[in-house]
Amino acid sequence: MIVFEDVGFSYERGVPVLEGLSLSIHAGECVGLIGANGAGKSTLMQLVLGLLPHNGSLRVDGLEVEKKNLAEVRRRVGYVLQDSDNQMFMPTVLEDMVFGPCNYGMPRAEAEARADEVLAELGLEALRNRYNHKISGGEKRMAAIATILAMRPSVILMDEPSATLDPVNRRTVIRAIGRMEQTRLIASHDLDMILDTCSRVLLLSGGHVVADGPAEAILRDRALLEAHRMELPLCLQRL
Amino acid sequence: MEELAAQDSPVHRLHPLAKLLVAVGYILAVMSFPKYALTGLFAMLLYPLALFQLSGIRVSTCFYKLRVILPLVCAVGVANPFLDRAVALRVGTVAVPGGVISMLTLMLKGVLALMASFLLVATTRMDSLCASLRRLRVPGVLVTLLLLTYRYVGVLVDEVSAMSQAYALRAPGQRGLHISAWGSFLGQLLLRSMDRAQELYSAMLLRGFHDHFHYVAIPPFRRDSAVYMATSAAFIALARGVDLPRLLGGLFVR
Repeated sequence: MIVFEDVGFSYERGVPVLEGLSLSIHAGECVGLIGANGAGKSTLMQLVLGLLPHNGSLRVDGLEVEKKNLAEVRRRVGYVLQDSDNQMFMPTVLEDMVFGPCNYGMPRAEAEARADEVLAELGLEALRNRYNHKISGGEKRMAAIATILAMRPSVILMDEPSATLDPVNRRTVIRAIGRMEQTRLIASHDLDMILDTCSRVLLLSGGHVVADGPAEAILRDRALLEAHRMELPLCLQRL
Repeated sequence: MEELAAQDSPVHRLHPLAKLLVAVGYILAVMSFPKYALTGLFAMLLYPLALFQLSGIRVSTCFYKLRVILPLVCAVGVANPFLDRAVALRVGTVAVPGGVISMLTLMLKGVLALMASFLLVATTRMDSLCASLRRLRVPGVLVTLLLLTYRYVGVLVDEVSAMSQAYALRAPGQRGLHISAWGSFLGQLLLRSMDRAQELYSAMLLRGFHDHFHYVAIPPFRRDSAVYMATSAAFIALARGVDLPRLLGGLFVR
C-alpha cells in the first residue's frame, strides 16, 4: 500500500512540480498514472523510491520513505525504467536477475533458483543465459520486468512499459502486467494499455491529481482528457 | 569481450587467480627488459602465442580489438631515433642507431603487455577477475571502480556511436567530425553519458547495491592451474634471464 499525505516536490524553489498530493493506492490495485509531458508522472514515481526528496508524508507498506528506511522501501518497491538499456547493466539476463536478490543477502544458488522460477512464470526461459546487448528491445523489456519480479516486490512501478514495443511485444507486456498480483502503478501515454490493465486511473496535471477514479470513467471522458492535453484512447475514438 | 571470456577451452578453465598472477608477472618481466634487449624480448612472444593457440582465440581478433590503442602504444618511442643516434649495431653496411633499437624494444614491450592483458580479459570473466583481486586483498573500492569502469565503457561507446551516426547523417560527404563540432560533441557526450550513468546507478541502488558487488564464486584451485603457474613462471624466468634467440642464433652463426 502506498499513502501520500500532502506530498510536494520542486526542482527549483517556488516552482512546484507536485503539490499537495494526498491519495492512497491499496494492496493489489493496478493504477494507471496519466498526464501530459512534464505533468510529473516520473517525478512521482521517483518520490516513492526515495530518489528525490519530498515534502509531506509518503509511506510504502507503512514505512515512511526516508533515508533510514530506503533499503527496506526499495526492497519492497520494484521499478521498471522507461529505458531497459539503463536497467540491464550486467552482462547476461541471469546475472541481472540475481543482482538484486544477492544484494539483499540471498545466497547465489537460491537467487538463481528464484530467477529460474520467474523466467518460467513469464515464459522467458530461453533468455536465461543470453547477453543483454544481444537481445531485442521487446525481449529486453520483458527481461527488465523479470529482474524486478525476481526481487519479489510487493509494489511495482512501471514507467512507460509499452513504449517502443511492437504490437506483439506490447501485448506480451500487457498480459504479464495483467497476471501480476502486486500493487502496480503504471505511468504511460499508452491509454489503450492503461484501459486494458488498470482498474483505476490518476490524471496528473499542473502538479495536482485532477482526476482519480475508475479507468473506464476517466478514459471515456473526452472533455476532461482534452482539457489536460490528452486524447481518448484509440479504441474508444472509433466508437 | 564477455562473449570471448564465456567460451570454453583449457585456458578458460584455469583458475582466474592463476591467470591473473601469471599475467601480472609476465607484464612485469616484459617491462623489466633493458632498452636495447630487443632480441631477448622476442622469446617472450612464445607465451601469448601459446595462449592464443590453447584458448582458440585468434591473434587477428586481438589486434582488431586493440586497433585503437595499438598505434598509441607504438607511438611511445618514436622520438628515440632522434634523441639516441649512437650506432649500436651494424647490419652489413647499414648502421643502426641505438634509438631505433630502443624504439622497437619499447613498441614490442607495449604490444606484448597489451596482448597479455587482452588474453587475460578474453579468457576470464570480469566478475571472476574482480573476485580474484578481492582475494588478493585489493581494496573493495578499487575493485568496484574497475568493474564499474568496465561496465560504463559500454555506455560511453553506445553514446559515441549514436551521436556519430546522427552527425554523419546530417553531414553527407564529410569524413569524420569537423573540428568546429569537437567542442559541442564532447560536451554533449559528457552530459549524455553522465545522465545515462546516473540512470544506471539509480537502477543499481534500487536493487539494493551498497558500494560492492557480489561476485561469482571462484572454483577451487586445481592441479592444472598449479601446473600452468609453475610452467609459466619457469618460462618467464628463463626468457628473462637468458637471451634465448641470441643463444639459439649463436648455435648457427658465429
